[in-house]
This record gives sequence, C-alpha cells and structure tokens, in this order.
Amino acid sequence: MTTAATRESFGKALLELGQQNPDIVVVGGDLNVSTFAHLFAKEFPDRFFDLGPAEQNMMSIAAGLAASGKIPFVSTFAVFGTGRPYDQIRINIAQMKSNVKIVCTHAGLTTGEDGISAQSIEDIALMCALPGFNVIVPSDGPETESVVKFAAETSGPFYIRLSRPATEVIHETPPKFLLGKAEELRPGSDLSIIACGVMVSASLMAATELSKEGIEAAVINMPTLQPLDEEAVLRASRTGAIVTAEEHYIHGGLGSLVSQSAARQGPVPIEMVATTRYAESGKPDELLARYGLSSKDIVDASKRVVERKAH
Amino acid sequence: MTIGRGQALLTNNLDNELSKNEIAALKEVAQRIRRNLLVTVAEAGSGHSGGSLSETDILTTLYYSILANDPSNPSLPSRDRFILSKAHACPALYTVLADRGYFPMSDLSRFRKIDSHLQGHTKIGTPGVEMSGGSLGMGLSFGIGIALAGRVDSKSHETYVLLGDGECDEGQVWEAAMSASHYRLDTITAIVDRNGIQNDRFTHEVMELEPLAQKWRAFGWKVLTVNGHSIPALYKAFMKAKKTKGQPTVIIAKTTKGKGVSFMENNPGFHGKAPSWDELAVALSELGAKPEGKNSAWKADMLTMGYTAERVSSISKAITQMSGSQ
Repeated sequence: MTTAATRESFGKALLELGQQNPDIVVVGGDLNVSTFAHLFAKEFPDRFFDLGPAEQNMMSIAAGLAASGKIPFVSTFAVFGTGRPYDQIRINIAQMKSNVKIVCTHAGLTTGEDGISAQSIEDIALMCALPGFNVIVPSDGPETESVVKFAAETSGPFYIRLSRPATEVIHETPPKFLLGKAEELRPGSDLSIIACGVMVSASLMAATELSKEGIEAAVINMPTLQPLDEEAVLRASRTGAIVTAEEHYIHGGLGSLVSQSAARQGPVPIEMVATTRYAESGKPDELLARYGLSSKDIVDASKRVVERKAH
Repeated sequence: MTIGRGQALLTNNLDNELSKNEIAALKEVAQRIRRNLLVTVAEAGSGHSGGSLSETDILTTLYYSILANDPSNPSLPSRDRFILSKAHACPALYTVLADRGYFPMSDLSRFRKIDSHLQGHTKIGTPGVEMSGGSLGMGLSFGIGIALAGRVDSKSHETYVLLGDGECDEGQVWEAAMSASHYRLDTITAIVDRNGIQNDRFTHEVMELEPLAQKWRAFGWKVLTVNGHSIPALYKAFMKAKKTKGQPTVIIAKTTKGKGVSFMENNPGFHGKAPSWDELAVALSELGAKPEGKNSAWKADMLTMGYTAERVSSISKAITQMSGSQ
C-alpha cells in the first residue's frame, strides 16, 4: 500500500503553480511548515505573506489580492480557515465571488492527538452553506494535485479540504478532475457507497469485505460536495440503497447533501457513516474506529441498508 | 469657480496647496453632496444619515482633489482605490460617485429598492465600489491586500480606507493595523471618521477608544489628527500621507455626526435613520437650499435624480414657509 499526505501533495503542486504563473500568491497563518506552504514561501518570498494567526485579516487580505488580479491560496488548518473567519469568507469571498482558494489541512478526526479543538468536523457544512463556493474533498495525494491545479485555473472561490496523516493512494497518477463530477471506482449492483476524502479508501476496503459475503457494492468517490453531482446520486439510487461515508459531523456534510438530492430524485434507503459527537485526543486510526468511521462501520451500515432495501 | 458634476481638481504636485477659490468650490460640492444624500435617504425611507454627513467632507476632498481615477473606466488597474469600510454610510459614497459620473444621478432614487445596484450596504457591481461590506472591520485588511498586490506588481497606486470610530472596536482592525506596518506599506492610508457616536450610543459609553492616536502609533502607524470638516486640513493631511515613506498613515478626522443639520448633529438617534420629507425640507434649508435664485440648484438636482416636479415643488414651498416664519 502506497501512502501520501494530501497536504504534501498540495505543497508540491503549489510550488509548481508558482513557477508557472507569477499571479499565484500565498497567504499563510503561522502554520506553513504543517500545511507545506513553506515550499512555496522558500522559492517565492515576495509572493508569500505570513500574517500570523490572524485569520480574519488573512481572508480579507486574500480578497484584496484577488481584487487586484492575483490568485491567492490561503492555507491554514481547517478549524482556523473556516469557522474562525467565517464572516470574512462570507462577505469578502463568497458574496464578492472572489478568486480566492482556501486550502485547509488537518481536517477531521485524523488530526488526532491535538484533540477536539483542532479536529474540524463542521467545516463542510459551513462551506457548503455559502452559495457559489466550490467545496472539494480530494480522496488522495494524486487527486489533490489535480484539484489544486484545477482551482488555480478556474475563476471563483474554492475550499479544498485536506488531511494531516499520510493516507492510502487510490489513483496511481493524478486523475483528470472534473468539477461537480463523481468517479465510480468500483461497480456494484446491491448498493452504492458514496464517500469523500479519507473515507474513500475505507469504502474500497469495505466493498472488498462485502463482496466476500456476496454483497456487491459500487464505490463512488465524490470529491466535489458543492456543486454536487446529482446525476451520480440518481445513478446510485438505482442500485436501491446508498451508504455515505465522510470524516465529518453527520449534519450538513456529504450524508446530508446526498440525502437532500436523493429525496428530490426518488426514495431510496440511506445510511450515513459520519461522526455524531466531538471526539478526543488519540491516534487517527484509534479515533476513526472509536467514533464510527472505520471500514467495519461502512460494512455494517451497508448490511443495514441492504436489509432495509429488502423490506 | 465652481466644480460641476463630473469634474475634479487633481495635481501631481505633492506640495500643492488649495487656493481660496478651490476651497470655496469644494465646500460647495460638499453641501451639494449633503443635500443629495439626504434626499436619497429620505426617498429610501431608511439608511444611515448621521455617518454619511460626518464623512462628507472627507469623501469630497478625496474624490474631488486627491484620487487619481477615471469615472468612465472604474476598473483601470492604475487607479487609486477608495474603500468604505464603514459600509453602512454608503449614501454619501453613492452620492459622490453619481456626482462624479460613475453612474447616472437618477440611480440614487433607487437606493435600497429592489432591482437597483445601490444596495443598503456597499456591494461590488456598483461602478466605483471596490468592496462588498456591511460587516465592520474588513476594509482595512482588504485594502492591505490591494496594496500588497500593488507591491508584487511594482505599481504605485494609493489605497484609502475609511473606517468608523465605533468600527475600531473590531479586533480585525488591529490585526490589519499590525500587518500594514509589518510590511511597511506606505501606499495605504486609513482615515478614522471620529464622530464619537456608534450605533447605540456615544463611543465612550459603549467602548472607550482613547487614547486612539497612541494606539495607532503603537501599531507602527504615522498618525495625523485633523478637523474632519476642514477641506484644506484634510487635503494637507492626504498630501502628507502620500509623501510618507516606509510606514502607513492614519488620519484621525475629528468630525460631528450629522454635520450640517441641526437636529441630526451629535444625535445618536440619526445613526441609522432617514429624515421624513418634512425633516428633509428643514435639512435642505439648513444646508443652504433656497426656493429661488442662485442657491436653488438643489431643485434641478432632484429632477435629475428622478423626482417629480410636484415633489420638488412641495419641498420648495416648505422651505419658503420656513424662511417666511424666520
């Protein structure tokens, strides 16, 4: 199993973008080694602005840079880059449709030992509540590279959600990223597992387990949460049962978005793998297991939903 | 001399001083802006009168004698930028922009109404408006972003940000203040409209700001304190700010909220309130409007803004009655 940290893929892609386009600038908040923005900072000190832990200032400054034709990438941890400066994001970036790319690392429970203040489980809900904001949760390092490059060449606000630990590589090479398009990683006719981020590889493992028991699950990687691929949800509905899997609070994330779409397009039983409460300090894998986000939880949810389908 | 709509006095000479005639002409512009912004707010039935009147002389000085810009090309990359961080006080900005020719005067009568670009708080899309606002504390950071982009591109345009004094309660203002001096940004100038009143009450009752100049100085800024209703003093301060190198400048402009209208002056009640049509007649009269003769240009302005002859005539009658009773 090859692993890579999505944040490291981001840092490398950002450096490459910086070499290609002089309008790329980076705004950081005193966490630049952790976010890998330091790779860019070292090469382009005049286009890098470390504003310290002052996230409100960071977001409005990024919008000002964008208003002057720059393509700012704002990089910090997910808790500091969404909730804390939310009003600045709302007015100066979302309402102004500013060409700002917010790339946040250390999302979700896999942030681990730092505990619940650092574990962002609300950010997808917050960012998807902003009309017009493109919200992307890449599944692995290569996809992160594609997404970051896509965001740089696509006008408008982006939120890209990355993780701390090295996670399994699903794509051998950077896949072609299409905004608002899901990717079927495995076909299956008994149910569809729709997942994003680190839960995609867990979903593939779950599908392998389910197959041993005669249940064939399709696995769908859903990197774009806004705008959502409604056609992919419709196709998933046609398998008669859906499981969603995300490293996020159960309200307002992938499960909510897929359910909303499915409810409009036709009734289908859905089970959600997501957190229902704040966690604690611990190792990433321990936390995923304790708080219901392991591949075993996906297997269990799949069996439940297939059971409901039968009735 | 007079400065008509669409006109401005501009110079590249940083040692320039305004002549007596120019000062008189700019004062006349300021009165015209005050009258037209109050008409605009009265028509809307809501909006921020007090803070618009307190900032009028600041905006007049900037837009008619300092900012290098072209109303027919509001997105010219080399333009000087003005950002209204106290975005609630947009009636004065909209009136100035219309008066300078960024958009038709008749748009003003659509302020705060549906299908209008003149929103209750500034929003990009209005020609000349650089930032969407409405939540306090964001403008200085936004201006710093523009100034940093200018530095990356080796451009020399100036960025001016107008803040309210109550707005300085926001923590983001001080995050921004720290970063502007850290980057030694001398192309950014902040102006604090120090009218002493915020939404609920007087600023010293809500949250003590003093010693305000010392706070800015401690954050690395050059501080100029001026009478915010003196056009020559403001002009001199802006020129001094332009000449300052290696650090940002803040101009603390001491103003009177509601300036020019007796019942609005220093009255917290008129922070976010529109005058009634009867109050408007009194206000216009106090701002020099006469029913006839050389001080009756307000009538033509109102017609240009799209008001009916009947409306203008009824206000004119009210003003006549007032002069009669004096």
